[in-house]
Amino acid sequence: MAVDRARLPSLGPDPLFRFPEIRRRTLANGLRVWTVEHHAVPLVSFLALLPVGASADPQDRPGLAAITSDMLDEGCGDLDALALHDTLGRIGAHLDSEIGSDATILTVSSLVRFADRATALLADMVIRPRLEALDFDRVRELRLNRLVQMRDMAPALADRAFAQLLYGNHPYGHLPIGTEESLRSMMLGDVRGFHGSMFAPSRMTIVAAGDATHEALGDFVEGAFGTWTALPTDDLADAASLPAPSPPRERVALLHRSAAAQSELRIGHIGAPRRTPDYHALLVLNMVLGGQFVSRINMNLRENKGYTYGARTSFDFRREPGPFVLYASVQSEVTVDAILEALGELHAIRGDRPVTPAELETGRAALTRGYPRNFETAEQISRGAAQLALYDLPDDYFSTFMPGVRAVDEAAVTRAATHHIDPSRLLTVIVGDRDKVRPGLPRLNLGAVADLSPT
Amino acid sequence: MFTLRLIVATISPAIRDATRYMNIPYTRHSLDNGLDVLIHEDHGCPIVAVNVWYHVGSKNEKPGRTGFAHLFEHLMFEGSQHYDKGYFHPLQEAGALLNGSTNADRTNYWEVVPRNALELALWMESDRMGYLLPALTSAKFENQREVVLNERRQNYENRPYGFASMAIVAALYAPDHPYHWVTIGAADDIRAARLDDVRAFFQTYYRPRNASLALAGDVDTADALEMVARYFGDLEAGDEPPPVDVTPPPAIVAERRLLLEDRVELPRLYLSWHSPALFAADDAELDLVGEVLASGKTSRLYRTLVYEERIATEIAASQSSREIGGYFQIIATAAPGRTLAELQQRILRSLEAFVAGGPTTGEMERCLAQAEANFIYRLQTVGGFGGKSDQLNAYNVFVGDPGFFDRDLDRYRRVTPEAMQRAASEWLQPERCVSLSVIPKGRVELGLPGSQPVTVS
Repeated sequence: MAVDRARLPSLGPDPLFRFPEIRRRTLANGLRVWTVEHHAVPLVSFLALLPVGASADPQDRPGLAAITSDMLDEGCGDLDALALHDTLGRIGAHLDSEIGSDATILTVSSLVRFADRATALLADMVIRPRLEALDFDRVRELRLNRLVQMRDMAPALADRAFAQLLYGNHPYGHLPIGTEESLRSMMLGDVRGFHGSMFAPSRMTIVAAGDATHEALGDFVEGAFGTWTALPTDDLADAASLPAPSPPRERVALLHRSAAAQSELRIGHIGAPRRTPDYHALLVLNMVLGGQFVSRINMNLRENKGYTYGARTSFDFRREPGPFVLYASVQSEVTVDAILEALGELHAIRGDRPVTPAELETGRAALTRGYPRNFETAEQISRGAAQLALYDLPDDYFSTFMPGVRAVDEAAVTRAATHHIDPSRLLTVIVGDRDKVRPGLPRLNLGAVADLSPT
Repeated sequence: MFTLRLIVATISPAIRDATRYMNIPYTRHSLDNGLDVLIHEDHGCPIVAVNVWYHVGSKNEKPGRTGFAHLFEHLMFEGSQHYDKGYFHPLQEAGALLNGSTNADRTNYWEVVPRNALELALWMESDRMGYLLPALTSAKFENQREVVLNERRQNYENRPYGFASMAIVAALYAPDHPYHWVTIGAADDIRAARLDDVRAFFQTYYRPRNASLALAGDVDTADALEMVARYFGDLEAGDEPPPVDVTPPPAIVAERRLLLEDRVELPRLYLSWHSPALFAADDAELDLVGEVLASGKTSRLYRTLVYEERIATEIAASQSSREIGGYFQIIATAAPGRTLAELQQRILRSLEAFVAGGPTTGEMERCLAQAEANFIYRLQTVGGFGGKSDQLNAYNVFVGDPGFFDRDLDRYRRVTPEAMQRAASEWLQPERCVSLSVIPKGRVELGLPGSQPVTVS
C-alpha cells in the first residue's frame, strides 16, 4: 500500500483509559493511607505527604521547614545516618525528599520484596529522626555553602528576587532554602520544635503504590505507622488570613551580573490558587501562551527571533495564590527586545489577538490526549494522588480532568486571560549585565528601575 | 542536547528474581534499505514510544567544524518536505511528548504518543528521514544557529563550572581525536557552519542504513511492522558512512595539572583518567568502583570528605564509557577556606587504600544491590531518554544485539572484589591523571600547585 504524503494520517478515536483506583483508609491515629495497585514491575513506592512546606517557616526563620526535612535521613530510630543509608542501599531503595511552598514529601521506593523494610525505614525517618547536634551543624553548613554557590547561579538569583519582590514578607516570599542570615542563627532546638509541632499522623497522607494488593500495601503502612501517636501542637498558619502582599514599588528590577552571556528573565505577578474555578481554563490558556513548544511565547522568542534556547510560562497553583511567571534566559544584547516581545504576547492574548479556534484545539488536545501517560509508573501515580490529598480535590478528580478541559471554550480562555493576567501589574526581573541592559530599559516605558544588590 | 550514559544493569546475590525481568521480548527486522526495526509490546498504558537512533554524533565532526551534529539535530525539528510547518505541532496536538539529543556517539529522537497516534509519529519520523532537505531554508538555519548559540550561553557560558568539560576533553584527547571537543562545539565553529554542510551531513549520516527504529508500548507487532515498512521501506538506503578513526588516544604518562579561573565561589577539582570503552573489559568494574567511592552517604569519599572531615561540599565519581574510549572522573567541590590540594591528597589516599584493600563485603553487596535495582527502575517507562525503547536502540547500535539486557546484567554479576581492585590499580594511577582546578577569579592559591592556566571560551 502506498503512503499518502499529501496529508497527515488521521488519529481515529482516542483510546479509552481507566484511571487507577485509589482505595482509602484512615488509621486510628488519623493517618490517611491511600493505596494504588500497579503491577508492571516488582517495585513499590511509599510517598509520605505532610501539608507543611516552606510557607510554614516562622517569619524570622526562613529555611526551617527545608532543613528539618533534610535532617530526617541524618539518623533515625536505632540507626545513625551512615547506617540508615547503608540499609537503604542494601535493599536497593531510592529515597527522595522534596520541599515546596505547601508541602514536604518523602518517598521511598524499593523492590516489593523489601516493602516491609522500606516502610519501617520511612516511619523511622518521619516519626523518630534523631536530630542531633553534630548532624545539624554539618547539614546547616552544607546548606550555607549551597547558598554561597547560588550567588553565581543566575536562575536561582532570579527566582529568589522575583519571589521576594512579589510577596515580601508573605509566606511565599522566600525560597525554601531560606537565607544565610536565618540559617546562621538557626539552632537545633528550632528543628526539634518544628518537627515536634508539625509532624503528626492526623496531618499526614501516605500514598502506597506498586506491585502488591491494596490490602498488602495498606498493611505495610499500617504496620509501620499505626503506633504513631503524636499530636500537632502548632496550628498551621492560615495564609488566607494574611494581608495580601502590596505590589512592588518598581515594575522592573535589575540584578547586575557583569559580563553575563545572557539575561535571566522572570516576568509575572501573583496569580490564582489551586482551588480557582478557572483552573482548567488557565491550563488551556497556559498551553496557548507558553506551556508547550508550539506556544506563542516560545515560537516568538525562540523559533522566530532566536533570542533564547527556550521560553515558557506557568501558573504555579498553590494553596494560596501562587505566581504566574514567564521564564526565559536571553542573549544579553537583545534583553529589552525580548522583554518587549514577551510583554506584547501577554497583552495580546487578552483581546488584541485572542486565542484562535486552532490554538484552543491544540491546547485542549495536548492536555487531554497526553493525560494518560502521566499514569505509567507507580511513582507518577503516587505523585498525582498526592496532589489530590494536598489540595483536597474530589475522589473522582482524575476522571473529571479531561471533561473539564474539553469544556473550556474560546470565551473561557479569553475571560481567564483578562481576569488572571494584568499587564499593569507585571513585574520584570532581570539578572544580567547592567552595561548591556540598562541603556535600553527606558524603551520599556515602565518607569523607574530598581537596582537589586546581590545578597 | 542531552548526554545519555548507559546506566548499567546488575544483580546482587541477595536478589535472585531479577533475571526474569531482564527478558524484554522484542522482534527485530531489517528493511531492505538497512533500517533496523525493533518492536517490544507492553500493554500497561495505552501509549507507544517511537525512538530513532542515528549512529552519528560529535565524534563524526572534524576539527574546526565542531558542534555540527547537534546543530543539525535542531534542524530535524523544523519541518520536512510534506509537512513543513514545524515538527512539534501535529504531535503535540495528538498528545505526544517528544525530544531529541546528541552526544559524542549518537543522535536520538523520540516521541511518546497515545496508541492511536503511532501512524502519525511514523509519518513524521519517516518524512524527516527521507525528505528533510527540500524543506530546508537558510532562514531556518540562521534561526537555529542563534538558538544553539543561546543554548551554549545558557548551559555553558552563563553557568558556574560550565567550561570545565571543554577543558578536560581537550586535555584528555589530542586535537585530531574525535573526543577532543564537547558536543555543543566551539562558538566560532557554530558561527562558521554553512547550509551546504547541512546537506552533506544529512546525505552522509541520516540514512536508513545508519539508523535504528525502536517501538515500545501498546502495539501489535505485526500491525506495527507493516506500518513501519510502509512508511520507511521506500527510503533510499544511502552509502556506508565514512569510518571514524578509533585509534586509542596515546596514554597519559605524566600527570597534567590545569587551571581555569571562573565566576564561582567555591573551587572545584576534577580528576580525570582514560578508561575503557563502553562494554569493554573493566568497564563494569570501574562503574562499580565509582559507586563505592562516591555514591551515597556511605560511600568512601562522601563519608571521608563531606561527612567526617567536612573539607568538601559535594563529591561525585563516575565511569563515563563511550564507543571509542571512556573516561573516569572524580569531582569534588571544596568547602569554604579549603584548598584543592587538601582535597586531592585526601582523594588519592582513599584511592590508594581502595587499590590496596579492594571493596569490603558490605560495599560489594550495596553497590550490586543498588545497581541492580536501578536496572529495574529503568524498565518502568517505555519511552523517553533511557526508557525501554531507547535501551533497545542503544544495545542494537553499540553491540548489535537489542536483547543485550541480560548479558549486560551478567557483566556486573561476574564482577569480583579482586577485579574492581585490579581495574582501579590499572586505570586510576596518579601519574595518569589530568587534573583541572576551577577556581574563583584571582584565587590561584586555591588550585593545585603547578597548574597550567587554560583558556576556554
